[in-house]
Amino acid sequence: MNWQSLDQFLHMGGYGLYVWGSYGATLALMLAEALSAQRRRRLALAAARDAHTGEGQP
Amino acid sequence: MATRLTTFAAPSRFYAAAGAAVPWCWAITALFGLAGLWVGFGIAPTDFQQGDAYRIIFIHVPAAWMSMLIYLVMAFWAALGWMLNTRMSAMYARALAPTGALMTVIALWTGALWGKPTWGTWWVWDARLTSEFILLLMYGGYIALTEAIDDPRRAANAGALLALVGAVNVPVIYFSVRWWNTLHQGSSISMTAAPKMASTMLTAMLLMTVCFWAYSFAVVFTRARAIVLEQESDTDWVRALTRTPTSEGRP
Repeated sequence: MNWQSLDQFLHMGGYGLYVWGSYGATLALMLAEALSAQRRRRLALAAARDAHTGEGQP
Repeated sequence: MATRLTTFAAPSRFYAAAGAAVPWCWAITALFGLAGLWVGFGIAPTDFQQGDAYRIIFIHVPAAWMSMLIYLVMAFWAALGWMLNTRMSAMYARALAPTGALMTVIALWTGALWGKPTWGTWWVWDARLTSEFILLLMYGGYIALTEAIDDPRRAANAGALLALVGAVNVPVIYFSVRWWNTLHQGSSISMTAAPKMASTMLTAMLLMTVCFWAYSFAVVFTRARAIVLEQESDTDWVRALTRTPTSEGRP
């Protein structure tokens, strides 16, 4: 194991800001993209349902 | 009736199959992501030159690889849709573009955060960085163009032309470190020589690559399903889908 304590782990040998800035932004971007893709599918399904309700009536 | 069924078979079959595949893609993403982070931070040693800053490689290289690979796959589907006029091809291409753009942004962002402590600068206009930036512009142009044209077929054809022209840029990115003098280091992995890095570092990078790969499949499948629903909303199978009160049909 490379790290003796949590502080040391977060410090990353002085590069903490760069390393965690990279990993944090990556995680945030991926979560945001995944959620927005799921939202788009839900909305598309809801829109299709709305378009079809009331069909068959004049 | 028979002709109609075959016409609509592909998108409806894709919708169901992709829906079944997405949870598995997420499981692989989580599994390989955790394994990659464990090896990358717990086992791989500190680099004797770069200290711990090098650990950015475990996401930087997979993101850069995916940014190029997704572009080529996108251009392939766009071209296929253009030549054969198949319904699903253009939808795949459009579903891929935002994820490719995101991978490009991640590659550029992590590259800047890696460049600052090791090169002393966030950004230089050298061959590798500039061509990767052009890739981002290509994705942006493709998305803007296909979104701006209302008719799906015309949007797909215009997008295909742009995607194909832009594909020239991908080998330029890949070989830029060999063709020009650049601050960027050479390839970490080459087809013809042994990897120039410690095996635990390589293991972590490959685990993260599988993670990013599975992530891309999960998100692209989800987005492709949304696009299918948007473009096929008038078809019988979508109509049937919205009437089924299953968990699949619920918003």
